Formats: sequence, C-alpha cells, structure tokens
Amino acid sequence: MSRYYVNKFLYTVDSDPKWVAAYKADPRGTIDRWEEEVGQWLTPSEKTSWLSFTEEEREALATHNYVWLFEHGAHFFLNLTLFIALYDQEYTARSGPLSFQREMADKLSPWVGKEYPSVAL
Amino acid sequence: MAELTAVLASTHHPFYYKATTSPPDERPPYAGDWQRKVEAYRETLIAADPDILVMVGADHFHQLWLDNYPQFLIGQAEQYDATFYNEEREFGIPKFLLQGDVDFSRYMHQELMNQEFDLAVSHELKIDHSIICPIITVRPEADLPVVPIYTNIFVPPLPSPKRFYELGRAIRRVIDSYPTEKKVVAIGTGHLSLELGGPRQFGEHGPDPLFDADAIEWLSTGNAEAILANVTHESMSGVGNATHGFMDLLLMMGIAGEGEHADYVDQLDLFHTREMYITWYPYKNQKQAEAATAAAEVSDASTGPIYANDAVWDQFREEKQESEQGTGADALSAVGEGSER
Repeated sequence: MSRYYVNKFLYTVDSDPKWVAAYKADPRGTIDRWEEEVGQWLTPSEKTSWLSFTEEEREALATHNYVWLFEHGAHFFLNLTLFIALYDQEYTARSGPLSFQREMADKLSPWVGKEYPSVAL
Repeated sequence: MAELTAVLASTHHPFYYKATTSPPDERPPYAGDWQRKVEAYRETLIAADPDILVMVGADHFHQLWLDNYPQFLIGQAEQYDATFYNEEREFGIPKFLLQGDVDFSRYMHQELMNQEFDLAVSHELKIDHSIICPIITVRPEADLPVVPIYTNIFVPPLPSPKRFYELGRAIRRVIDSYPTEKKVVAIGTGHLSLELGGPRQFGEHGPDPLFDADAIEWLSTGNAEAILANVTHESMSGVGNATHGFMDLLLMMGIAGEGEHADYVDQLDLFHTREMYITWYPYKNQKQAEAATAAAEVSDASTGPIYANDAVWDQFREEKQESEQGTGADALSAVGEGSER
C-alpha cells in the first residue's frame, strides 16, 4: 500500500492537462507511462528508486474507482478534483450542474455517520 | 507604526467568479443574492483605506505537496503569479499577478520567528484560490501589495486550533510594531462546516448548520475560550471532512483580538455550504462605522455579532429536535416490540 504514491498520481495528473486527457482516454496505459515519466522522478533529474503501486491500487486507478480510493485513504481533495476533471463536463451536459459530485456523494453514502478512512500518511 | 485598520475573515468559494460573471441566462439562481452580499462586504474594506494586505490562506495541493509540506509558510517575493491550470479548468478563475512587499514579508518572517513561530519561506510562490477568492470578492482591482501566509489545514497532523489562534495573536503584534506610516488590512479565508470528496458533499445545506451557528457566534464575539474548549481536529471532522479550514478563521479572530466584537457580520446559506463575511475595525472611526451600517442595509447583515440563537437557524434546530425525538421514539418502539415477544 502506498497512499503517498497514489496521491502523487492524483496530484500530478490533475495538475497537467496532457495527463488529464490521457488518463481519461486510456487509464491503464497511462498509469504505466506515468510511472516511467513522472512517478519515479523526484525532480527532472533525480529518481526515486523505491515507489510502486500495489496491484489493488493499480486496479483502482485503472478503473477510475474513486470509492475504493476514498476507502483506502486517498486524499479527499485530490480524489474529488481529478474525477471532476474527468467526468463533470459530460455529467453536466446530461444531468445538470453538480450531478457528478452528487453521484459521488451517493456512492459514498454508506460512510455517513461513520469515521472516514484517515488520509494521514 | 503601521495601523491595522481592518481584519476581514470570510469563507472562500471558488464558484463565485463564474456564478456572477456568466451571461444572465447562465447564472445560477443564487448568484444575485450572493453578489449583493459580497459587494456590500467589499465596502467594509474600502472604508479601511488599505495600503498593504496581509493575506492568510491555505494551498490546496497546488504548489505545496506531500514531498515537503510546511505547517506554516510565508511568501517573500517581489510578485506573485496566481491561479493554477486546474483552478481555471474547474472554476473559471482568471490569472492574476499580485505585487509583493518584500520588506514587510522579511520583517514578518523574522518577527514571527522571534516569537517562536518558525515559518517556512517561499521566494517563488504561486497563489491559489484561497487568496485569489478574497481578491476577487473584496479587492477585484488587485492593486495592493500582499504578504501571503499559508497554513496547513489539509495534511495531518495539523497544528492545533490553539496554535492557529496564537499565530493570529503573533501576527497582530508584528503588524502593530512594523515601522511604517502605511495602513494594513489583514484578510483571511477558510470555511465553516464543509465536506469535499465525501458523502455529505453538495447537499441541500452545509453538512452541519448548527456548527456554523456556533462558529459565527464565537468568531463574531471573539470568544477564543469557547472555540478552544469546543473545537478539536476530531470535532471538525465530525461536522464535515474539510471543516479544518475553520482554523484559518480562528487565526483571523486572533489577529482581531480576544473578546473583540465584529463590526460587520453577514452569512448566506448557499445550499451545500454556508458563506460568512466578518469585518473588525480595531480603531473604528466614523467613516468605517457608517460604511458598515450602509453595507449592512444593502446586504441584511448585522453591525455586531450574530448569535447562535438567531432565528436563521430555527429550521435546523427543529430538524435536529425532530430527528432526535424520532430516534428516541424508534428506540422506545423497538423496546416495546422486544418486550411483546
């Protein structure tokens, strides 16, 4: 389990329109390419040698499974903004403003009244 | 010495810009009321006649990141670019270039260090919507130099509420001692109860309107004792997973001072969250008093504290009572059914 690495994925993808578009079009392929080009790098010239995803994390990211990510402590803000970037436009066109955000809330509704999974690392 | 002519503490909402600048037929139904209240609030800043803005916010994983996340940070740069790609994408917020005040930033940094607040420093800081939202709402000309201070409301473990309050007190002492003839206004933004990326997000009201009622009373009466007795990281999580931004409002109350009643207090139930706009005038003059009164007439705000027993929250108190009574009745009925078996 590498919550940090999952958050790094969400953070760096969300902050670059090229990666947002790639992750929307081809999530599984984008994860592999991201690891090579972004995930393993601390700075443009310094490599971090030890970070990796678990199989479950990779699968959750490959399937845009924000419920799993919430339930395993991905940071709530990153988990919200990136999936808004991926889905808000098409949901708004189909069902009106904030319909994606409300569906997300609905899918997470079993957590109402419970202590949420911690985002602490 | 510098004169602190006003302290502004408000919620920030990145939807405001788009909601109020879209063509009339695309504006959401709440935009009109919201704009009226924000523009009235702006008048309370104009009456403070500021030369420099000390601005408190929190980076939302735009520049500051988990490889190196500071608890408190001050910007010390000649200028600050603002608005990140993903804020333009999601909120339609435009880019800005704010002027800095390097001498004041350096002084603030050193003097806070002298008071045992060891802030990190950034010499290349890009500002996000926690500071640009109040620029848009209360100083859209974006024409004043700023001293930006960021806090950690996002990456556990967070500093304690007491630490936020004490930092506010320290910032006040630094402003009061800064050798300048200029007028300084401190502006900080945060949140009342708020949920983001969780099951209570974007509901019909904020996640806990009755927390908001207490919070507005505590802030607008300067009641540090009540806040420090009642508000913990855990209690904030309980009323919404992103409620920790309340600590930035507490910090601003620290700048205003313990027991200081606010001179202008407004709030707006903006469906999924409650907006709040507070101004303190530490050395209130007639012009400021008149400005607050005139603004309050436009916005239906108060020129003094708003208390938790205000009728605004009756609806939520009744709902809570009904829900508690309902739970009680269910429990009794369950006991009854059990005994019959």
